[in-house]
Amino acid sequence: MIAIIDYGAGNIFSVKNALDYLGFDSILTRDVSEIKSADALILPGVGAFPAAMKMLVDSGLVDTIKEQAKQKPFLGICLGMQLLFEKSYEFEECKGLSLVQGYVDKITEPGLVIPHMGWNKLEFSQHSPLLNGLGNDEYVYFVHSYKAFCNDETLFAFCDYGSRVPAVVGDGKFVFGSQFHPEKSGETGLKILKNFVLMSR
Amino acid sequence: MLAKRIIPCLDVRDGKVVKGVNFEGIKEVGDPVECAYEYNLQGADEIVFYDITASHEGRGVILDVVRETAKKVFVPLTVGGGIATVDDIRDTLRAGADKVSVNSQAVKNPQLIKDGADIFGSQCICVGVDAKAISPNKWTVYINGGRIDMKIDLIDWVKKCEQLGAGEICLNSIDTDGVRGGFDIPMLKAVVDAVKIPVIASGGAGKLGDFADAFIKTDCSAALAASLFHFKELTVGQVKDDCRSKGITVR
Repeated sequence: MIAIIDYGAGNIFSVKNALDYLGFDSILTRDVSEIKSADALILPGVGAFPAAMKMLVDSGLVDTIKEQAKQKPFLGICLGMQLLFEKSYEFEECKGLSLVQGYVDKITEPGLVIPHMGWNKLEFSQHSPLLNGLGNDEYVYFVHSYKAFCNDETLFAFCDYGSRVPAVVGDGKFVFGSQFHPEKSGETGLKILKNFVLMSR
Repeated sequence: MLAKRIIPCLDVRDGKVVKGVNFEGIKEVGDPVECAYEYNLQGADEIVFYDITASHEGRGVILDVVRETAKKVFVPLTVGGGIATVDDIRDTLRAGADKVSVNSQAVKNPQLIKDGADIFGSQCICVGVDAKAISPNKWTVYINGGRIDMKIDLIDWVKKCEQLGAGEICLNSIDTDGVRGGFDIPMLKAVVDAVKIPVIASGGAGKLGDFADAFIKTDCSAALAASLFHFKELTVGQVKDDCRSKGITVR
């Protein structure tokens, strides 16, 4: 059973639709016992960092998430990925979950269309089980105006948009984050979600 | 590198895909869920449903279409047509749409853009703009499917949309729409230069090369077409092959 953490942010139905399509059981939940008994966790999210972090804090799930992320596969998607970092500077400095080293700040390269919206090509920098079976010409769907700033050890894939934009990050153990939306990235995204679920088996 | 997007649009009325000239002689030509699935197989980067349901009671039907499509099509879905309130936006996103396209209602009530962006995020607020030239390099904004000239300057309007929090502009040229002679390059260029947010070209695609032409001559992010794809004159795949052969990055 995959638990999709429903803390009030994001298009959580799309993630569930994709898991249903792949034939994996999932629930949308904010219940601590359901989160603890799940085989893997997904943290979705769209919108602004401070508002989402506040919703997470208000939901009382922060400690549970931090503890569970050390024990089972955990995937943050889009803003859910950004929340994994230590802090963000979206509107104001705001603390994140600190599960992955690094921070989040605006994409500032001059002349770029912002948001970074659309399909961009994945470039791989390190092996990760999340990216098993992907080829050299895989496009995934991004929509964001802020990006992660992280070190090479935590970066698994990136794309080129003015500079390197981290696309897949992780702590090297259970925690993964994807800046793009795998649930909206066609066949490539479905492969990534499948890889994630298979890690919990 | 970010790929240029090719976006097929489906006009939907009372839950059926329709096609017709103006509002006369509209005929039902298919099931929107099946059409969306077919476009997905062809490599569509996004799919737009444009709801032209006339009656208020029919409004729920488009949400069922979105709900069913979202179960089997895993690319972004946009819904436009008749979205007038924050509640309409919420209902549409909850049904599984990733973005809404607001048009006439945003012109009448620009606060809708700001409220939508504040609550749901800019990424899901696309502003659809219908415009027509009044002189070379000057255009005004129309509403109600291109029937009413609001006498608002196009460039002022798109800048205002961006400032209010729109995540994207879908720019439809009334002059080129239906003519099939290619996208309105001067209008497109003027809008792309005026804003930092992505701009989708709409209205006028009539042949294979028109898409690449828009990407070569302007920095637009995407190009949209309805009937060309719908009547199977071209597939999304053919358009992408043509773009690729001209050095344009597509997925």
